[in-house]
Amino acid sequence: MTLAAPLIRPTPTPSAPLAPMGRLSPHLRRLEAEAIEIFREVAATARNPVMLYSIGKDSGVLLHLAAKAFYPAPPPFPLLHVDTTWKFRDMIRHRDTVAETYGVRLMVHINRDGVERGVSPVASGSSLHTQVMKTDALKQALDLHGFDVAFGGARRDEEKSRAKERIFSVRGPGHTWDPRRQKPELWKLWNSALQPGESLRVFPLSNWTELDVWEYTRIEAIPVVPLYFSALRPVVERDGALIVRDDERLPLQAGEVPQLRRVRFRSLGCYPLSAAVESDAADIDSVIAELRSSRSSERQGRLIDADETASMERKKREGYF
Amino acid sequence: MDGEVVPLSRIVPDPVPVPVPDLAGRDHLRFLTCGSVDDGKSTLIGRLLFDTGQIADDQLAALERDSRRFGTAGDSLDFALLLDGLEAEREQGITIDVAHRYFSTARRNFIVADTPGHEQYTRNMATGASGCDAAVILVDASRGVTAQTERHSRIVSLFGIRHVILAVNKIDRVDYDPSVFETIASAYAAFAAGLSFRSVTAVPISARLGDNVVRHSCRLSWFEGPTLIEALESLPVEDNRLSRPFRFLVQYVNRPDHSFRGYAGTVASGRVRAGDQIVVSPSGKTATVSRIVTWEGDRTSAEAGDAVTLVLKEEVDVARGDVLALPHARPTSADRFSASLLWMDDRAFTPDRAYRIRIGGRTSPVKVALAEVEAGHAAGLNLNEIATAELTMPGPVAFDPFTDDPAMGGFILIDRETGAVAAAGVARAALGQARHIYPTAEAVSRRDRSRLNGHEGGAIWLTGLPGSGKSTIATALERKLHGRGIRTVLLDGDNLRHGLNRDLGFSPEDRAENVRRAGEVARLFAEGGLISLCAFVSPIETARRAVRDRLPANGFLEIFVDAPLDACRARDPKGLYARADAGVIADLTGVGSSYEPPSDPDLVLDTLALTPEAAADRIIALLEDRRWIPAP
Repeated sequence: MTLAAPLIRPTPTPSAPLAPMGRLSPHLRRLEAEAIEIFREVAATARNPVMLYSIGKDSGVLLHLAAKAFYPAPPPFPLLHVDTTWKFRDMIRHRDTVAETYGVRLMVHINRDGVERGVSPVASGSSLHTQVMKTDALKQALDLHGFDVAFGGARRDEEKSRAKERIFSVRGPGHTWDPRRQKPELWKLWNSALQPGESLRVFPLSNWTELDVWEYTRIEAIPVVPLYFSALRPVVERDGALIVRDDERLPLQAGEVPQLRRVRFRSLGCYPLSAAVESDAADIDSVIAELRSSRSSERQGRLIDADETASMERKKREGYF
Repeated sequence: MDGEVVPLSRIVPDPVPVPVPDLAGRDHLRFLTCGSVDDGKSTLIGRLLFDTGQIADDQLAALERDSRRFGTAGDSLDFALLLDGLEAEREQGITIDVAHRYFSTARRNFIVADTPGHEQYTRNMATGASGCDAAVILVDASRGVTAQTERHSRIVSLFGIRHVILAVNKIDRVDYDPSVFETIASAYAAFAAGLSFRSVTAVPISARLGDNVVRHSCRLSWFEGPTLIEALESLPVEDNRLSRPFRFLVQYVNRPDHSFRGYAGTVASGRVRAGDQIVVSPSGKTATVSRIVTWEGDRTSAEAGDAVTLVLKEEVDVARGDVLALPHARPTSADRFSASLLWMDDRAFTPDRAYRIRIGGRTSPVKVALAEVEAGHAAGLNLNEIATAELTMPGPVAFDPFTDDPAMGGFILIDRETGAVAAAGVARAALGQARHIYPTAEAVSRRDRSRLNGHEGGAIWLTGLPGSGKSTIATALERKLHGRGIRTVLLDGDNLRHGLNRDLGFSPEDRAENVRRAGEVARLFAEGGLISLCAFVSPIETARRAVRDRLPANGFLEIFVDAPLDACRARDPKGLYARADAGVIADLTGVGSSYEPPSDPDLVLDTLALTPEAAADRIIALLEDRRWIPAP
């Protein structure tokens, strides 16, 4: 038995220089064509599809690709936003503008029952809030309108259990995911056959990375929420996480005073559950430059993932997107 | 994943920064890792991700936590945990489903599919293999090439992957012994010679310790070849789609209003220009491309890989699943083709179950007839087995052989009842030609022949245990029919096995093929107006029914030559039972394998009660009754 040699921590591979505006690299062209093909496949085979729109950068790219896939027609499906009522105000503004820009029908669903019960990330904790206001709300909306296929912007590079998911992912009755019984998915021969009670989640961005999303956003000039760019924002620090206090609903703890700090977000969720990072990246080029030299992953700031090991998989099994 | 670990305390920063190369022209390679369980596939990819600097600090911290909880040693890193993202995988320490990961080096971007090694999850391995340019096949240096290594290699070859890297892993476990590496490399080369690989590159590595993965290792100084990553960087990415004929798979008809009708789809190969004349396959109608529409504006041409919308000048019928091509280079259009299948459903292939085929953009009902199942397996086609088959659709579909164009020749079979993906397959060649010859052979009709001969043609099929008296009865029958001026031919198992069927043994597949060929010969004689007297054990009911289905209505009589096993054993005219009892013959029907009596025979002959002559008379009475021959 040989002793382990010292494990050397390697430097990340450097990236290519930024492409000129308006010119997609062959790599991004390939990803774009694949996503368009996926959109069209669903449009041709689904009975009643819908696109989940979460307002983040991935949703922005998803919507842009949907517009391209069906041009000159508008996308033949509506957008659905599941509003937890705890989104940043900037996000809601952005949502309404974007829907108008792309000429798509926007549906907003709020779990009224959860609101009446007073469920919130502050009062109920992240786990219950996510379950009631996101997972349950999503299931309510899908069932209410009888959608058989829902597009989502999830990428395989985000998280380990997402790396295991198919592009056409079958959900059983109650929208549950059984990772042990996924159907084989070969070449581009998607199988959209569904049994009674089943529905599909379809992920056109499966093979994209975070950097791909940003480079595509930049070259295609896709509008994004300003929260992705650094600015002075009122911040409190909790357990090492920087929480931006977007409104008065976030109660301050004893001795806490919000401080103005230059921060931005890598990933956007409900505001008390999304941690910001200190950054000077105030425009898209500097965001990309920052990402390329970054040593932390995108979901680091998503507090719901840290609940427990494999928590994303559990949420997905219960019907989370 | 195999729980290999590295002490945390040994992580140090890289003293040598990577030089900045020219990155603009970096290309892209998709590969998978495969091989037996515990050969270290997930560990290797974890190592590749780590050594190419893809693991972020918080992921490393999570890996440290997970290694304590799931890894084998408390204070160590288990790289496989970076990949095994499902709870069940982490708990059991195995990979269940394929994970896709992305990393890049100075020379290339890589998409890697980490696939499971367990035989139970072979279909997930196949999912990972589809669409890959190359495969890294891992072998544990201390165990060598296993049955699963070979199974994965066959699937990789079937799916058109032409470049393979044989990574002989855990070389540290055999003390970096060059002779172990050489032995495994040459054993694999000998096996792989029977597959369709263009290159096999063998490299010794230790994924756990990082030897020869990204960095050369002084402990492998005897090895003069590349590191694994160098081998991956230098494999040719063969994209010949642009030089292939134009193929456009119509996916979706875009019809927002009366003013626009476009065919949305992806160019699978070749190139098309506005103004080109195209042909719609399989209908064969022609039209002209008037516009190539995209969001960025109309284009003058589109090429392989482009997702565009085509507008045609003429109003022709084009639907999802059609293929547009140029008139001088059309795809094959056929309703029957040969193919190879990898069975993926827990439920074995069942001939009378309803399946649908998805090929290109088309979905159609399909009838599947197995031709040959890979050696070493029982009859039928079960999970993870490979077979060749003939597929018949109700109407023609457009395709190209898979080896020419995977987008046009790869397909899946879907179980109609469950929606499961029952099989993945690759199309080989059209079988339509036989259909076009058939009408010519019919220039002289069956009625013409029977008028000339004075009797009908057909097959009398005698089935029963060995020694039941089939051949004896057939011989007596032939003598009697000849005496009445009836044209006959005698076919029996033994005389066919000396000639036409001498390549067949006694495995279940070979027995089925023996019966199938005998049935085809009987059919030809029947079409020629003769009565063939067929004496075959033919123990399987479905095989006999298949012969009946190939003959015209009222052209097949199934006659059960009934004798108890004890009587057959006592007669034993060919000494078969004696040899079976002595162990010389395995699987003699009635001794080692079972006989399925006909459920609805045209005639039963009780050979304990009837002499061969009397039995033959019974058959003649039946022939008169069915008007095959005139009454005397």
